[in-house]
Amino acid sequence: MTILLFYLVLGLLLLGGLFAYSLQGKPRLSLRVGFSFALGSAVAGTVLGIIILLTGDTVYTGAGFASLPGMNRAFLIDPLAAFFILVISLVSLAVSIFSFGYAEEYIGRHNLGILGLLYNLFLLAMVALVASGNAFFFLFFWELMSLASYGLVVYDHRDSHVRRAGFVYIVMTHIGTLFIFLAFLLLYQAAGSFDFEHMAQFGRQLPAGFKTGIFLLVTVGFGTKAGIIPLHIWLPKAHPAAPSNVSALMSGVMLKTAIYGFIRVVWDVLGGGSAWWGIFILSLGAVSALLGVMYALMQHDIKELLAYHSVENIGIILMGLGAALIFQGYGLPALAMLGLVAALFHVLNHALFKALLFMGAGAIHHATRTRDMEKMGGLLKLMPWTGFFFLVGSISIAALPPFNGFVSEWLTFQSLLVLGSAPLSLKLNILGPVFGAALALTGALAAVCFVKAFGIQFLAQPRSTQAAKAKEVPRSMLIGMGILAVLCLGLGIFPSSAIQLLNPVTLHLVGYGSVQALGGYAWLNPQIPLLPNLSYHTTIAPFVLFVVLAFGVLLVYRVVKWLGHGGTRIDETWNCGGTLSPKMEYTATSFAKPIRIIFRRILLPKRVVETEYALGSHFTRSLKYEGAVKPFFEDILYRPAQNVFLKVSGKMRLLQSGSIHLYLGYLFITLVILLIWAK
Amino acid sequence: MLAVGLTILQMLFVLGFAPLLSGIIKKTKAFFQSRRGPSLLQPYRDLYKYLQKETVLSEHTSWIFRITPYVYFVAILIVALTLPILTTFGMLSFTGDLFIVIYLFALARFFLALAGLDAGSAFGGMASSREMAVSAIAEPALMLPLFTMAIAAGTSNLSGIVEQVAQGGWPALTSAHLMTFVALFVVGIAETGRIPIDNPDTHLELTMIHEGMLLEYSGKQLALLTLAVHIKQLLIFALLANLFFPWGIASPAAGFQVSTLLIATLAFAAKAVGLGMVMAVIEISMAKMRLFKIPDLLMGSFLLGLLGLISHVLLRG
Repeated sequence: MTILLFYLVLGLLLLGGLFAYSLQGKPRLSLRVGFSFALGSAVAGTVLGIIILLTGDTVYTGAGFASLPGMNRAFLIDPLAAFFILVISLVSLAVSIFSFGYAEEYIGRHNLGILGLLYNLFLLAMVALVASGNAFFFLFFWELMSLASYGLVVYDHRDSHVRRAGFVYIVMTHIGTLFIFLAFLLLYQAAGSFDFEHMAQFGRQLPAGFKTGIFLLVTVGFGTKAGIIPLHIWLPKAHPAAPSNVSALMSGVMLKTAIYGFIRVVWDVLGGGSAWWGIFILSLGAVSALLGVMYALMQHDIKELLAYHSVENIGIILMGLGAALIFQGYGLPALAMLGLVAALFHVLNHALFKALLFMGAGAIHHATRTRDMEKMGGLLKLMPWTGFFFLVGSISIAALPPFNGFVSEWLTFQSLLVLGSAPLSLKLNILGPVFGAALALTGALAAVCFVKAFGIQFLAQPRSTQAAKAKEVPRSMLIGMGILAVLCLGLGIFPSSAIQLLNPVTLHLVGYGSVQALGGYAWLNPQIPLLPNLSYHTTIAPFVLFVVLAFGVLLVYRVVKWLGHGGTRIDETWNCGGTLSPKMEYTATSFAKPIRIIFRRILLPKRVVETEYALGSHFTRSLKYEGAVKPFFEDILYRPAQNVFLKVSGKMRLLQSGSIHLYLGYLFITLVILLIWAK
Repeated sequence: MLAVGLTILQMLFVLGFAPLLSGIIKKTKAFFQSRRGPSLLQPYRDLYKYLQKETVLSEHTSWIFRITPYVYFVAILIVALTLPILTTFGMLSFTGDLFIVIYLFALARFFLALAGLDAGSAFGGMASSREMAVSAIAEPALMLPLFTMAIAAGTSNLSGIVEQVAQGGWPALTSAHLMTFVALFVVGIAETGRIPIDNPDTHLELTMIHEGMLLEYSGKQLALLTLAVHIKQLLIFALLANLFFPWGIASPAAGFQVSTLLIATLAFAAKAVGLGMVMAVIEISMAKMRLFKIPDLLMGSFLLGLLGLISHVLLRG
């Protein structure tokens, strides 16, 4: 029954793509058909994910593939895969609705048949990838996902920046894929089968060095896709280049498939490893989180800002995973469960609020035709609903209660605190809280960044005529954003619902259910047994908090109204007696300036001021200001590597003279060497 | 029933006592500056005055500006309900997790910073930008000492921590404990917006941080925000006083009597006034720091917190 639902998901996506493509002559119809099928499959996928997570069953298909060597399972949907299918489906549900209105702006400018085809194929690849039962299928769909998303990134291909971004993306993603290929081939060699089930039986008994090798390969491979620093450089280029509905999917969901792959290999196949793996992942996560949010603060293109926040949030997810790996390494499954729940819950939450924010950015672009924050302002009055939903996303991503980001960051904090108090080594006891402090700084900087993102775009006066003329976006786009905004609040005040869904996942991965330790309905109540006589416990009650907050605001409003006298008058903002103009408002650049100066040794800001004088040095004719942050990793890591690569390629050219005789000679020599070697 | 009564009592105490505490600090400063200073009741009179005044709203503002005073006030008030101030068994103390408390402060600040940007004047934007930057770099220095306490107590619930320390008796006062306290005290100065980090008395546009965000507020809304700032100061003091020196607090272990509550109230008032006087002395004996020197100070406090953590882990053995 459930497997039929799975086929329905894939089938609808395939048909949707093909229909959309074949109807490309009628763009409006093609758009409706393409996104309707995607929407239908998203609904089916949501139901499928929830059914499997509630029952805890594993569903698989396989019989038809007996003739393929090394593969018994084509698709295998265990609770872990079902959870990721749920994440993908929830996001694509909202994004598909959003796309009905959003994609209309491409009518007459671009081929909508291609958009519908690639969009559906992209979703298909992601769902099939997490449901793959063997490494071969996994890699096939992984590559399909990369190619479909590349096609979507360069959809607006007339812009040279977009083509350039697409190039960086496809190169980086294939470097990553190379590492994943290598890891899976090595596992195949060891296990003699591509099946994950089969690999899992052998994986746990592999020699430690071999396991570490696999671990490092998948960290680099999946890390490139997830965008951890320093492998992130494609991310802030590719996400802004793509259409906003695609950015929402890429950032919200595609990065998560890399997290899925990592968990699948490291937990399911290898069964965890030594504790230093965890410390390594934790450090990578902390660096990505901190640098990601700092770079995000320096952006004033709204989509680049959001893209860097993806780097940050992947960092937070890795911190949870790292803590879990450490506990796993010490053989403490109950504690590993806490870290895993934190990471997986954050996977879901980040997917929801990041897709929401990218859709918000798309809506703003739809209304103002710009992504430059410095040209916006005052949009809250012109686009009240978009503004409200963007605010919900901003509060969620800044990890403020009572929204969902807070709960998963709270769980991450708790796993780091447990790291500080569990009977591990003294070093880890100190490192845990220090990483916690790094997470605290990340969270606080994210709050700064979203005060900037929301405040500069939506508040005060419009800074340009485009912003002043903005209009609220069509209803379908608002519904798409609204669904995710409701989910952000819902998961924030009822986090236990997600804990409930994650129960079979952690049971499957570490043998310890999340409900028995985190339990509760209205509140989260971790009771973590550290030692028989020592336990760690605390409670939060987000729902109670929400109720008190909502009623408190109403009550205080009534009381103050009753106590106070004097009416309300609308008047102008005080401006030292002058008339206020939008030019006087704080800009995004100036808002971030304190942070830019405080962290100048990390961010390496560059500032060029050119003054042209009219008369002597007292009368300025014009002033030109240029500020930027040094692209550190591009300059230090990628450009030298690129230079070496080009130099080597230049040398290689000597071999290629163009003479056919020489090439035949090469073939002959190679053959002789191979024959000698094979003998 | 008892818990409900105690919670309401604690809230009323906080609402009533917080302005007085500000008055005491002002008076202390005046004393050291050889002035008479405003009356102890002046903060109450100010609040009353604001309540009577007309509210002027800027034409450029949106609903964010209008709801911010309420969100700010209520968020701070919830912290007052969850923190162990007079007692550790309040109605909401079960959810008084340290992260809830810190992040409710952050929620309040988030809205106030947005409101600062909303009116469209450069002063509000400047203040928002500075407030967010200073609070962001204060965050790790604020969290680390709290982590040390949470790890020592085996819970991140503040009431739980307070009870652990209270039951520990005098041996709880280790060097790690004291170092952690000093680290948190420095951050407390930043969080209450006092010299050398911010100056609560200034109304010079270019130097103010917190006051700049309130610049456009008037009437009832200003009254709410001002009261909330008084309360926030009291709560930070409560965090410092009760987390590290909880003795006197009414806890279920001691059994409940009216006299317990009376002692708890007096003990807390004495601790808060003592802390306030120390802050006042620091304020009159220092000049405000340059904005970009503040990170150095907070870095120092973070390192002290780290030392506290390390010595705690080592001493625990």
